[in-house]
Amino acid sequence: MQQKKMSIISSYKNKTVIETVAQAVFMACAFAAVFAVISISAYMIISGTPALFKIGIGEILFGEIWKPSAANPSYGILYVILTSIVGTGLAILIGVPIGVFTAIFLAETAPKQLAAIVKPAVELLAGIPSVIYGLLGILILNPLMYKAECSIFANSKTHQFTGGANLISAVLVLAIMILPTVINVSESAIRAVPEHLKSASLAVGASKMQTIFKVILPAAKSGIITAIVLGVGRAIGEAMAISLVSGNSVNIPLPFNSVRFLTTAIVSEMGYATDMHREVLFTIGLVLFVFIMLINVTLTKILKHDNQKNN
Amino acid sequence: MNERQSIIVKRKKARPSDMVLHILINISAAIAIMLLVGIVGYVFYRGSGVISKAFLTTVPSTIKGTFGIAGNILNTLYMIILTLLIATPIGVGAAIYLNEYARPGRMVNVIEFTTETLAGIPSIIFGLFGMIFLGTALKFGYSILTGALTLTLMVLPLITRNTQEALKTVPDTYRSGALGIGATKWYMIRTIMLPSAMPGILTGIILSIGRIVGESAALLFTSGSGYLLPQTGKAFLEKIMQPGGTLTIQLYLCMSKAQYDEAFGIALVLLVIVLIINFLTKFLVWRLNVRK
Repeated sequence: MQQKKMSIISSYKNKTVIETVAQAVFMACAFAAVFAVISISAYMIISGTPALFKIGIGEILFGEIWKPSAANPSYGILYVILTSIVGTGLAILIGVPIGVFTAIFLAETAPKQLAAIVKPAVELLAGIPSVIYGLLGILILNPLMYKAECSIFANSKTHQFTGGANLISAVLVLAIMILPTVINVSESAIRAVPEHLKSASLAVGASKMQTIFKVILPAAKSGIITAIVLGVGRAIGEAMAISLVSGNSVNIPLPFNSVRFLTTAIVSEMGYATDMHREVLFTIGLVLFVFIMLINVTLTKILKHDNQKNN
Repeated sequence: MNERQSIIVKRKKARPSDMVLHILINISAAIAIMLLVGIVGYVFYRGSGVISKAFLTTVPSTIKGTFGIAGNILNTLYMIILTLLIATPIGVGAAIYLNEYARPGRMVNVIEFTTETLAGIPSIIFGLFGMIFLGTALKFGYSILTGALTLTLMVLPLITRNTQEALKTVPDTYRSGALGIGATKWYMIRTIMLPSAMPGILTGIILSIGRIVGESAALLFTSGSGYLLPQTGKAFLEKIMQPGGTLTIQLYLCMSKAQYDEAFGIALVLLVIVLIINFLTKFLVWRLNVRK
């Protein structure tokens, strides 16, 4: 009597049962991601909206004063939202050009040996935990900013000195953080441009720079936009690295002001917040979540639209 | 002879805009390279003085006034192992489903869209979700388990994507051959697809380890900041349900307490771990290509 084993020659009934079970298990695994996204969205909405209704959407989103522990608490996060937008925008403005140009350097104009050393180094930087960037920011950027602050505002009577923790420090740390990601993804995109495009352009007499900026970069556009999306995602979601370099007061996002981002607001106060304060912190989390979803969806749509146009 | 020389001269004359762009490119590259060297160099410079056998093998003691990160290293190890134990089966299973079982259509689009979305959510939102859902609703509290489950969500897209890529490179002839001699689908996957895709799966796992080691915002509100070593055998298992701070969390705490020397020591340890992970990934990719 042959043993009933899991083998090609086992009985048909056994095979079908195992097959159905396997398929069901794999399908469950695949839907884990769907389930996760749905529950995250659900929980963010559930925890974030009570405060919106108790205090009033307008007052939270457009209020300017953040005094959650005062006798008459006020929960306006307008400046916090503005800071996140302005800070991320500036970090992208600084980081993306440097990143893309460095990618061009690595993929096109660098001598082979130099590129062979620098590329792995950039990939290494991409994996460094973000708190290390924060550590260096505190110890190197903040003193520099403080010196700059002292010299610029030496005669001002109204400026609040922050010891160097201000918007510029945070923006610089964010820009440095997104550099490795932007460089890596842009470089892959530029390398992936078909060789015949480049040869054709050079053959009709274009210079190397003309070829790069008028032929290769537009061809690598979707990859570069992906790099920008990843950079934006990283910059707007960064909490730990900038929490100690951005100061901790809620202010208009001017360069030398001590500011608070949506993310640092959550990180600094979640540890000790209670009741209504805590609920408003979850609302801040919800605002952040909505922002990120909007950015992801918009930029993905732009990417798809571009791909369709090119194809 | 003269005409040939003049053509050559004309060809080499650079356009002014070209020179400006060239200079910009070189400046950007120089900035990036200097930052790179500066960051790694400074961490090594300030951290190497702090590293010692005591630093790496003891826990902080207020009585003796010493500092050590052995507890944090153990917590990080626990976090890595626990997260991978949960995330790898789910991630590989999802990739197998997407590649082998599912028919292209609405459902696959939805699954792929949500996996991409999951990859784009910042870590602090995962931290909040972990705190509310796992910590409070499921009553796991501050524990390594909560942290590991939160990190699973973050690491899932990485493993799924890498496994999918690896499965795609298995030639169709393998599949047809196996099914042709009568193997069932699950048998074929188990004995042919998974072993062939193993390098890709391993790459995904190593990339995930890199992500887990570097994660801080998601763990701050989910796994807390304990740092003691378990004293008994049973305690090693109980540790999973207790709060535990990983290396990055300890780094953040040292930073906020202005203990910068210790912070640099931890930073150096983290940097070395990232270096090792990078080398491992490169080595795996090289082995993959060599096999082909």
